[in-house]
Amino acid sequence: MASSTILPTEANVAVAVPMPDILPPVKQRRGFFGFLRRNPTITIGASLVLLMVAIALFAPFLFTRDPTALAPALRTREPSAQFWFGSDMLGRDVYSRVLYGTRVSLTVGFSVAICASLIGLTIGLISGFIRAADAVIMRIMDGMMSIPSILLAIALMALTRGSVGNVILAITIADFPRVARLVRGVVLSLREQPYVDAAVAAGTRTPVIILRHILPNTLAPLTVQATYICASAMIAEAILSFIGAGTPPIIPSWGNIMAEGRALWQVKPYIVFFPAIFLSITVLAVNLLGDGLRDALDPRMAKRV
Amino acid sequence: MSGAILEVSDLKKHFPIHGGFFGGTTAHVYAVDGVSFSIAKGETLSLVGESGCGKSTVGKAILRLFDITAGQVVLDGTRIDTMTASTLRPIRRRIQVVFQDPFSSLNPRMRVRDILAEPIRNFGMAKNRADLEERVALLMDKVRLPRDAVNRWPHEFSGGQRQRICIARALAAEPDIIICDEAVSALDVSVKAQIVNLLQDLQKELGLAMLFISHDLAIVEHMTHRVAVMYLGKIVEVATKRDLFSAPKHPYTEALLSAVPVPMPGAQRERIILKGDVPSPINPPQGCRFHTRCPYAFDRCRKDEPALRQTEAGHWSACHLHDRPDAENPLAGAKGADLIAAH
Amino acid sequence: MPEPLLVVENLQTHFRTPDGVNRAVDGISFHVDAGETIAVVGESGCGKSVTAMSMLRLIPEPPGKIAGSIRFQGRDLLTMTDREMRAIRGNDISMIFQEPMTSLNPVLNVGRQIGETLRLHQGLSARDAEAKAVEMLTLVGIPAPGRRVREYPHQLSGGMRQRVMIAIALACNPKLLIADEPTTALDVTIQAQILDLMRDLKHRVGAAIVLITHDLGVVAEVAERVIVMYAGKKVEEAPVGQLFRNPRHPYTQGLLGSVPKLGSSLTGTETRLAEIPGLVPSLKSKIPGCVFASRCTYATDLCRKVAPALEEKAPHHVAACHYAIREAVAA
Repeated sequence: MASSTILPTEANVAVAVPMPDILPPVKQRRGFFGFLRRNPTITIGASLVLLMVAIALFAPFLFTRDPTALAPALRTREPSAQFWFGSDMLGRDVYSRVLYGTRVSLTVGFSVAICASLIGLTIGLISGFIRAADAVIMRIMDGMMSIPSILLAIALMALTRGSVGNVILAITIADFPRVARLVRGVVLSLREQPYVDAAVAAGTRTPVIILRHILPNTLAPLTVQATYICASAMIAEAILSFIGAGTPPIIPSWGNIMAEGRALWQVKPYIVFFPAIFLSITVLAVNLLGDGLRDALDPRMAKRV
Repeated sequence: MSGAILEVSDLKKHFPIHGGFFGGTTAHVYAVDGVSFSIAKGETLSLVGESGCGKSTVGKAILRLFDITAGQVVLDGTRIDTMTASTLRPIRRRIQVVFQDPFSSLNPRMRVRDILAEPIRNFGMAKNRADLEERVALLMDKVRLPRDAVNRWPHEFSGGQRQRICIARALAAEPDIIICDEAVSALDVSVKAQIVNLLQDLQKELGLAMLFISHDLAIVEHMTHRVAVMYLGKIVEVATKRDLFSAPKHPYTEALLSAVPVPMPGAQRERIILKGDVPSPINPPQGCRFHTRCPYAFDRCRKDEPALRQTEAGHWSACHLHDRPDAENPLAGAKGADLIAAH
Repeated sequence: MPEPLLVVENLQTHFRTPDGVNRAVDGISFHVDAGETIAVVGESGCGKSVTAMSMLRLIPEPPGKIAGSIRFQGRDLLTMTDREMRAIRGNDISMIFQEPMTSLNPVLNVGRQIGETLRLHQGLSARDAEAKAVEMLTLVGIPAPGRRVREYPHQLSGGMRQRVMIAIALACNPKLLIADEPTTALDVTIQAQILDLMRDLKHRVGAAIVLITHDLGVVAEVAERVIVMYAGKKVEEAPVGQLFRNPRHPYTQGLLGSVPKLGSSLTGTETRLAEIPGLVPSLKSKIPGCVFASRCTYATDLCRKVAPALEEKAPHHVAACHYAIREAVAA
């Protein structure tokens, strides 16, 4: 294009005025720590959850004593150097019982989250892909969801004897329809995606389409849902234990400890107070983690401009 | 027609609308209502029309993404619309597709290599692992993407690059015909030109037939050999590109041509601005479906539905005006150039 | 000579993102005269929509930040209080968006939505506002306006909704109308109706129009003056006829060459489309030289090193390219 006789050089061309920066430069943080910094909710939630897991695993080494050891002479002591969180009506150390109680809560929470997700995922996939099964399955799920899940769990526990396994089973049965409904919804929208149509045109068989194209794309919403299920399962376990329909009283769980402290809570509030605080923090931590994951995994929420 | 790779005759697809307390069928969407055409080997036929005219449904029906209501789809002499899923699967190789939206057309959790390898594996086209890798690499060359990009994820690419991956996936099956369903509509102007050129080059190189579904008449004119214009589930006009653009024989085609904005400021052209909106395909008008918006409609158009018939060699149109003497037929003669300001 | 209706000077709109500052609009200047129609064209990500949003201060701050000046009738919009700004939006300057379905409130009827701006800005009573709404619907060519005024957006077709959007935008007799891709979501025949309406209204209402679009055909049909944007900068500006006949910037040339011309099969001008190779550069890193150098076939080391200033290459025709031919401009 250059047809002028004088070739443009640095000396004779009009140079644009450089534009100033109006925002301070963004420090880019890559990798794992960058991710944590960009997602403070996940960082706080995950560290609290990890702290609780550590407490559950290392309970015997955290200056605890036998949580079931009775000491009738040392009943209902106030928190002190000997009993950090005080002692209950049978002289058991509340500190040790609360720490060991973490094991029950986390076991129930994680197990229910995993079991309910797996069952819900399977049923949701079937329901989303097989029209005939869908109508029947979803009406059953609707029926189950019409009963408040805690009532359903109490009813199921009434049929069996109290054990951690049965508690997990009862809460799982009460909670999985929620997961199934979510997965079905996700599957129905994924089936409409052009890449699924393209896979059909590329000769992919239906089972492979489900495993390769549908399933991996349901995992993000499923993970988020699982954290919420985990939190609600921990609360459900505490409620069941509190009303005596859950974990056997011999096993220290937060619900049991609170149930035992209930009669004395006006004079010795610390027996109820400490397990309640632990339960709240754990549930909050798991929910924070869930919210953080939802924001980080949901592409619509991505802060892109 | 001999030499046809694909023949569609009287294709109908009516989608039921569920409603009421028991979820029964309360009405139908007459998305495609009797469409016939054929595509010769190596030929491009364009299907144009506005949104809701059923052009995408035709493409999906040929791909057998759902069962059709009536009609026939014949691929290279074999009827494929009645085949069972398992007999059809190996034949699917011969018809491939490129969709509009390059973002939702690629599974976000598969690497490019796996996306391209999927059809090759499904149709058992590679002899061994090395052959598979070689085929994938050649496909990347064909669509002018760097070979080492096969290890990357779809989100690392721009819209145009993703569309290249979609084209590569379609080519992976070594098809006889590719259906491009608005394949360039979502792209930016300069990227659109890149993809249009790529498609044309590939078609010439590989001798592919193409069904080019689009609403963009300028791109269609650039890409196609023949054009079929659809309105409300029916084809209203079919002709070669030159015939259609120089002498449209249906009032709708005429209006479409005059409505396209041309990048020539101050161009003198005859304008036909249609009144109103496209009627609902749930309850299409009696008689000619276009009569509610047609500037030339007369009594007969409201009663009889015109059949698609040959008005000149190779030029088919569904309009009653052609039964009138030329003096009373506003579509007689060639006035395409006046409509689109091409002089 | 009186000051133009709107003068934008060195407008910059940047956004903070986790992976750097996005310089979406980086120093664009232009003016709009009263009653004039200008078009801002460019591809997605060139900053044309952000420019439009910035003009009405609709950019959330943070993460965004606007700098420069936007003088409307002599007053700088960027230094106004939110209250003053609200008095201008929808009244003196109004906007039409691309997607008419999401821009209308689904739970209010059409009359209420048109009446709302009138009651807010002009203090009309409910009854007067509805009467005026009917009048506006008639103006934008909606049949049976007396009935339509009580209908809800979902009862209207896409073209009708865009007409309602235009009626809302014009209700307060704005002096400036910003239309962001007003016909992109519409079908060709409906687009023709809306463009026809816009041309007609321009004569009757007399508002200046800033049309944001990527469609060069639409530009040719309605604009008087055109601004071409690329990567957050203005690269060329010219009267519409001159721009299409004699584009100076290689990007504009490439853009015009990459659009197939309707009727090319008749005139025998069917050629291969011109491609602009490569991709739009990331706006998150600073580009030292010309923003288009990475895709320009004529680019030299000079282009990659020194950013060209906008220069008048012919009367009223500016372009930012070192190599574009400069006609004798009366100095």
